[in-house]
Amino acid sequence: MSTDIRTRVIGYLSRYFPVSDLADTDDIFKRGFVSSMFAMQLVAFVEQEFAVVVENEDLELDNFRSVAALERFVRGKLSAPVAS
Amino acid sequence: MTLAHPVRDEATAKTVKCVVWDLDNTVWDGILLEDGEVRLRPGVLEVMRELDERGILNSVASRNEHGPAMAKLVELGVAEYLLHPQINWGPKSASVAAIAAAVNIGVDTLAFVDDQPFERDEVAHALPEVLCLDAADLGAIPALERMVPRFVTDNAKRRRVMYQADAQRSEAEQSHDGTPAEFLAALDMRFAIAPAQRLDLQRAEELTVRTNQLNATGYTYSYEELDEFRRSADHDLLIASLDDRYGTYGQIGLSLVERGARAWTVKLLLMSCRVMSRGVGSVLLNHLIREAAAAGVALRAEFVPTERNRTMYVTYKFAGFREVSESGGVVVLEHDGTEVPGFPPYMTVQVG
Repeated sequence: MSTDIRTRVIGYLSRYFPVSDLADTDDIFKRGFVSSMFAMQLVAFVEQEFAVVVENEDLELDNFRSVAALERFVRGKLSAPVAS
Repeated sequence: MTLAHPVRDEATAKTVKCVVWDLDNTVWDGILLEDGEVRLRPGVLEVMRELDERGILNSVASRNEHGPAMAKLVELGVAEYLLHPQINWGPKSASVAAIAAAVNIGVDTLAFVDDQPFERDEVAHALPEVLCLDAADLGAIPALERMVPRFVTDNAKRRRVMYQADAQRSEAEQSHDGTPAEFLAALDMRFAIAPAQRLDLQRAEELTVRTNQLNATGYTYSYEELDEFRRSADHDLLIASLDDRYGTYGQIGLSLVERGARAWTVKLLLMSCRVMSRGVGSVLLNHLIREAAAAGVALRAEFVPTERNRTMYVTYKFAGFREVSESGGVVVLEHDGTEVPGFPPYMTVQVG
């Protein structure tokens, strides 16, 4: 499952910049090409791709700044008990 | 010059942003494919130029052969005034809708001029919000109330040229062979931040009224209020503009900061949607973070959530702000001060 999250995240990022040399812990926001639109689209991607809700308190750079961070964040969201 | 107030009466019809012209017997006398030789109708170019100078765009919806009609428009000196001309055999309502989509404006801000009642009815039926005008009434068009903008900013006068540059950029972006990041780097963007001058105030007011998506608070201020902030020692009213190798985007960003002894508060932070994908949204904010850090004060920002401005919330949060209080629908964020950001490497930032 977590490999799957990682693959999907990297696949998404590859639409914006080269990912061949991107290490899992590299800070994607330090790569310099981060528009407001990219940030918002990344949040929207996580919500749609993994069917999770990103709450205001989840909107911390530490949850989004690297492949590893995104993977950890999504895994945490998916394993949280869902009220329904 | 009268000073304008930001009065928005939703009940009154909107000012027209684009006039869409038919060709045969409207822009020129005669029918191109039947008569071969056609002549510019007297007065048409003058009306187009007059509208153009007010910041109202011109376009074309014609049922014709694209090649010969475009060649004739170039020959007659009309083509340079047109954005996204639609010359095809489809219904004109489809062409009018395509123009609205290409320019990214609502159809309720379009007018359509045609000599044929049938064509006007077809457009009016499919798109009731479009203002349909008879080509016979050409001379009266500039004086129509909906053709007179509340005020004409320098930005408005350059609107057509800016849209033409936008169209060139989109073309270049689509044919660009590389990542979006590389495309941005190739644009050679220059971002300028400066205190708003008196001459900037109408544009500043226009930005507060026109910007919804990339607007942190949605506060609107009148020309007079903005002028007071501009002169106030306790406020910074900054206006930002952007240029690149295709030309200018004009003035696209605005911020208002209230300066207290221990903390500054960002009351307004907004950015035109036209530059949303350009990676400039956080540049103005980064500038404020740097200035506050240099002055040794905390930087706070007000945020009023709406259905459409979540991008600004993300921008603040990812720039290192966290929520410190909330009351009456106004969230106050504060920068944690740990990291003072630099400017993106792919643009030159000039602080005036």
